[in-house]
Amino acid sequence: MGYPYSHDLEVNTLLSRHFGDEKARTLEGWKELGGYATLPRALEMEPGAITEVVKESGLRGRGGAGFPTGVKWSFMPQEPTGPHYLCCNADESEPGAFKDREILRWVPHLLIEGCLIAARAIRAEHVYIYVRGEFFPFSRIVTDAVVEAYEAGYVGENILGSGWNCDVTVHIGAGAYIAGEETGLMSSLMGGRAEPWIKPPFPAQAGVFGRPTTVNNVETLAAVPMIVAEGADWYRQWGTEKSPGTKLWCCSGHLVRPGTYELPMGIALKDVIYDVCGGAPNGKKIKAVIPGGSSTAMLTADELDCEGTYEGMAEAGSALGTASPIVMDEDTNIVRAMRRIAQFYAHESCGQCVQCREGTSWTAQLLHRIERGEGSLSDIDTLYHLCEQMTGRTICPLADSVVFPLRSSLDKFRDEYEALIRC
Amino acid sequence: MKNPIHPAAASSQAFQIAEIRPIERLFEDDEGRDRLEKALSRYPEKRAALLPMLGYAQERNGWVSDESMEQIAGALDLTPAYVRSVATFYTMYNKHPVGRHFIQVCTCISCHLHEADEVFERFLAETGTRAGEVSEDGKYTVIEAECLGACGFATAVQVNDRYFENVTPDQIPAILDELD
Ligand SMILES: Cc1cc2nc3c(=O)[nH]c(=O)nc-3n(C[C@H](O)[C@H](O)[C@H](O)COP(=O)(O)O)c2cc1C
Ligand code: SF4
Ligand code: FES
Repeated sequence: MGYPYSHDLEVNTLLSRHFGDEKARTLEGWKELGGYATLPRALEMEPGAITEVVKESGLRGRGGAGFPTGVKWSFMPQEPTGPHYLCCNADESEPGAFKDREILRWVPHLLIEGCLIAARAIRAEHVYIYVRGEFFPFSRIVTDAVVEAYEAGYVGENILGSGWNCDVTVHIGAGAYIAGEETGLMSSLMGGRAEPWIKPPFPAQAGVFGRPTTVNNVETLAAVPMIVAEGADWYRQWGTEKSPGTKLWCCSGHLVRPGTYELPMGIALKDVIYDVCGGAPNGKKIKAVIPGGSSTAMLTADELDCEGTYEGMAEAGSALGTASPIVMDEDTNIVRAMRRIAQFYAHESCGQCVQCREGTSWTAQLLHRIERGEGSLSDIDTLYHLCEQMTGRTICPLADSVVFPLRSSLDKFRDEYEALIRC
Repeated sequence: MKNPIHPAAASSQAFQIAEIRPIERLFEDDEGRDRLEKALSRYPEKRAALLPMLGYAQERNGWVSDESMEQIAGALDLTPAYVRSVATFYTMYNKHPVGRHFIQVCTCISCHLHEADEVFERFLAETGTRAGEVSEDGKYTVIEAECLGACGFATAVQVNDRYFENVTPDQIPAILDELD
């Protein structure tokens, strides 16, 4: 039996090959498995050449937005006038997402090697791995790995005799979803409330500590060593022109085999749900799926035949996001589920923008009222109106995040709202 | 001093633990000074050591008191009001003492689709507490949590620095026994 379950689809596991293997956690075990072989090669390359390979590979950010990683790196100043920083975003808090934790806890050295190669490419002298506070057991594993890497000379001064210095620090958060937004993360890292800021300045201009900074997701950075080792064309054998490579899918909700699976980009969403995860348990039918983590638009059971890529999911009217489908079976009360999602965003709004602070809590309250059978038909119009008000008017996209599932649930499951109102 | 800590690891210690070692003055013993110094060495600005030090206060005392905030403010050249504004922003810093076993039940969407609400109610019933309250024997506090990042293993429960996954209501007596 594979990790966490095996499935019949033929895939090459790249990131997840050693998930479930305790040996991969220690430096010694990891080196036996071929770890830290790419770093020496990267140290011999020009930083610009590393960025070029990643750019050609088409790797796109796995934190949700899918921004091309090599392009992001190329925004960093080529001639440093002071320190540059790399922040590894391990804040993973989007409801439905639990993929980065598997990298943190099974292959911490893969992440560290990826961080170092990325740091080299952007000429950073310090990497901060920002891990969400709740992940104590996993941040401890990463911390132990960082200490081992220091002791072995992979991190710190004069790395592997190259003359290059780079520190790595694990920094743990304290329970704030918004610390996952890149500017929120940097505010938090600097000892502040995790409040996002308006861009510009962009992180590559003035990020953490006022210096040029790149923020990348854990899964993005973990893909870097193999791309640098094997080349862009090799990576492009999986996936599509616009979304190359493999992707960790984390599947939750009403499924026979929930879990994290590495699959080639481009797999149909329905295959992930039915073939890999076995569909809904107890022979039930599926009613709805939120495909990319709680901040993406709901799809009905008839809309699942879409391509699991950034472009394919957008075409289907939703988003790939973090590839975290939340599956709801035929017995699910959509209004109640939507209320629970809205409650999350109301709880996590940082409060800087009125539309978000007020909008998220009104949304949650209205949904609660409808759920209790105390709603009126005009509440549905008010919810649509709130969606309007919360779109594209705030500092960060958290307010928009609740609009995607909400509006799609109103559009696609209006009958369920009306049934609760009329009863 | 217990467990000398590598500077790279100074800012990443688990701060919600059962074995608290209460201390009044955070930075007047070797351990406190060492943790502060090491955390400061990892950032170009003093203020960045704030979260690590709030964590240290909670690791020692189980919660972050006004006095701790004042001491941290003093150590980092910040005002107590600023420290408070940061400490209260983050849900994981306890602003009141909690039970030795701090039980957080995820009731967010994926867990909600399983039995999260029942798991939460059952924890309250078995510990004889209301949400957020410390049980009479000081052992337990149970709260609802937002997504714990373990959605495929619903219902996810965190007790101090440990995860319990795939929790169902009938397992709860056994979990509580195991904690003792
Ligand atoms: C509200 C909000 C929460 C976010 N949370 C996370 C997160 O937990 N982890 C993450 O990697 N990215 C998160 N992001 C995306 C980050 O802002 C950022 O785009 C990402 O870390 C960049 O890395 P990538 O280019 O490798 O994807 C979040 C964005 C928003 C708007
Ligand atoms: S949109 Fe919400 S979370 Fe984002 S900055 Fe504004 S108030 Fe904060
Ligand atoms: S929804 Fe419960 S752990 Fe994510």
